[in-house]
Amino acid sequence: MAMSKVIIKVSDLRKDYYIGEVTVHALRKVDMEINEGEFVAIMGASGSGKSTMLNILGCLDKPTSGEYMLDGVAMSKMNKNQLALLRNQKLGFIFQSYNLLPRTTALENVELPLYYNPKIKSKERLERAKHALDLVGLADRMHHMPNQLSGGQQQRVAIARSLVNDPVVILADEATGNLDTRTSYEIMELFQKLNDQGKTIVFVTHEPDIARFMKRNIVFRDGRIQKESVVINRLFASELIKNLPVETEVI
Amino acid sequence: MNYTNLSKIAVNALKRNKFRSILTMLGIIIGVGSVIAMLSIGQGSKKSIQNQISSMGSNLVFVMPGSQQRGGVMMGNSNAKTLTLSDVEKLQKESQYLAAISPQVSTSGQAVNGNKNWPTSCTGVNAEYLTIRKYELEDGRIFTEKEINSLAKVCIVGQTVVENLFDKSIDPVGQTLRFSGIPFKIIGVLKEKGESSMGQDQDDLILAPYTSVQRRILAITHIQSISTSAVSEDKSDEAIKEIETILRLEHNLKEGEANDFQVRSQAEMIQTFTSVSDMLTMLLGAIAGISLLVGGIGIMNIMFVSVTERTKEIGLRMSVGGRGIDILMQFLIEAVLLSIIGGIIGILFGLAISFVATSLLNFPMIIMTEAIVVSFLVCSAIGIFFGWYPAKKAANLNPIDAVRHE
Repeated sequence: MAMSKVIIKVSDLRKDYYIGEVTVHALRKVDMEINEGEFVAIMGASGSGKSTMLNILGCLDKPTSGEYMLDGVAMSKMNKNQLALLRNQKLGFIFQSYNLLPRTTALENVELPLYYNPKIKSKERLERAKHALDLVGLADRMHHMPNQLSGGQQQRVAIARSLVNDPVVILADEATGNLDTRTSYEIMELFQKLNDQGKTIVFVTHEPDIARFMKRNIVFRDGRIQKESVVINRLFASELIKNLPVETEVI
Repeated sequence: MNYTNLSKIAVNALKRNKFRSILTMLGIIIGVGSVIAMLSIGQGSKKSIQNQISSMGSNLVFVMPGSQQRGGVMMGNSNAKTLTLSDVEKLQKESQYLAAISPQVSTSGQAVNGNKNWPTSCTGVNAEYLTIRKYELEDGRIFTEKEINSLAKVCIVGQTVVENLFDKSIDPVGQTLRFSGIPFKIIGVLKEKGESSMGQDQDDLILAPYTSVQRRILAITHIQSISTSAVSEDKSDEAIKEIETILRLEHNLKEGEANDFQVRSQAEMIQTFTSVSDMLTMLLGAIAGISLLVGGIGIMNIMFVSVTERTKEIGLRMSVGGRGIDILMQFLIEAVLLSIIGGIIGILFGLAISFVATSLLNFPMIIMTEAIVVSFLVCSAIGIFFGWYPAKKAANLNPIDAVRHE
């Protein structure tokens, strides 16, 4: 197997929170590597440190000690503005609750990250947003407002938004948490398709079923990596959808 | 980050909350509107007072007797007898800035016609007095040079006197009235002039040749005052100086000696009255300014609410690469846009109010360009000042907390 490029390299990472006089060790010595083209689930119960890990991976928070290299850039020495730039150019976020701007069209929601990149002119911004919406299959809904879209469609808009700046890694936080089974599968199908096209995806979930759609699982417990495993018997969403019972529409 | 993008973001954010934006602007609209309206109405009333005073006679300059010293005792102004007919002649001969000059002697008394009588005043003047005080003849004629020289018992009467002494059916011209027991033949009637700005009835008077009043009624040789009109309003200061120079020479006053007369101009009177009006304008403007301040605080209030309510949006913007400064600028631009748009609407609103008010009150409508420019600048300043703190609060949010905020 050819050596792929390392996108995420975390070494000896620690994160402590101080709540009054109590120190909470959210992460205690975490080492991990994620290569280009991987599709990794970060799992764990609440309080396991997976959210803290995601915050640091997303450059929203800085570790107490240790190093995190994102696409060859060491983030621990960066200031707030440099981190914002890093998020703008190298990262894509997907949230459990979609986080779309209300009363704003799908297209404008997708354009949002590019507004914070002064190098991109309005024409290019529009084209890239349209292209991203096309990738998630919502080209015909670009002028719809979030409240005119179903949950699945809203999450697709959010995915398009995470793709629009062509990030080196997409970070998804419980991205199917608010969706029913069928829609979850449809979203996972989209993720698998994007991964097949070469996108690196890190997916935080506490559902083992969802984690089986990915290639590799990393389980956190008490601030440490408890278990790391390559997924055997990987699920493929496109096949599962075919086997779902056809819903009878009630009128 | 470029400002085009930030402005677009800010405009879109305001559009998403149209109703709230309009409500927020309302404070500024009312504030700016009332400032503009108050100043405009105040200035209108000032102009109206000015017009009324100048209707008494344009460019009027009065000469009144001044205090006089006799052996160390100061004499009061009213009894002074320092003005004489030779002063008038001197002024007529030498002055360049005076267009018309009339001596003035006046006395009050009862005017009688048959069984009717009316308390009024009889003022002795020359023919130029009508021009000076802007009186016009409705009927009849003004007295002639010959009548003045011969102490003729003729007079011109105002409308109030006519109404009180004569029946409507009778033409007063040619009739005779008695004043202080002396019969005066009416040779002219003045057009109605109405009340002066001080509430004086300008039609309640009898005008007679100054010689007649001086000698026949009052039996004096001096005159009580001199009414003149300067060639133009802006020359009235020169006219005052000229009168002083001529009269000082005429009265043989040495250098260092005080004037034994006083010169006052209409312009000075206008100043006195308009300074009151100016103060009123300032007071009204200040009160309106307070409402503008309240409007600004309203913006701050709403911006705070907006920051709290849009915490999640702020978190999202930060997570997709918005820096603190970008968030700060977005909220600042929103606040400034609110106040500037509110300001523009307020200016139009204020102009509309002042148009309605001035036409109702019969004031001239005065548009104060400075007030408009200043309130526009104040609005921008208010936007920055009151938008800064909420914007700073938004920029300082922790992206993690913000994005997970529910």
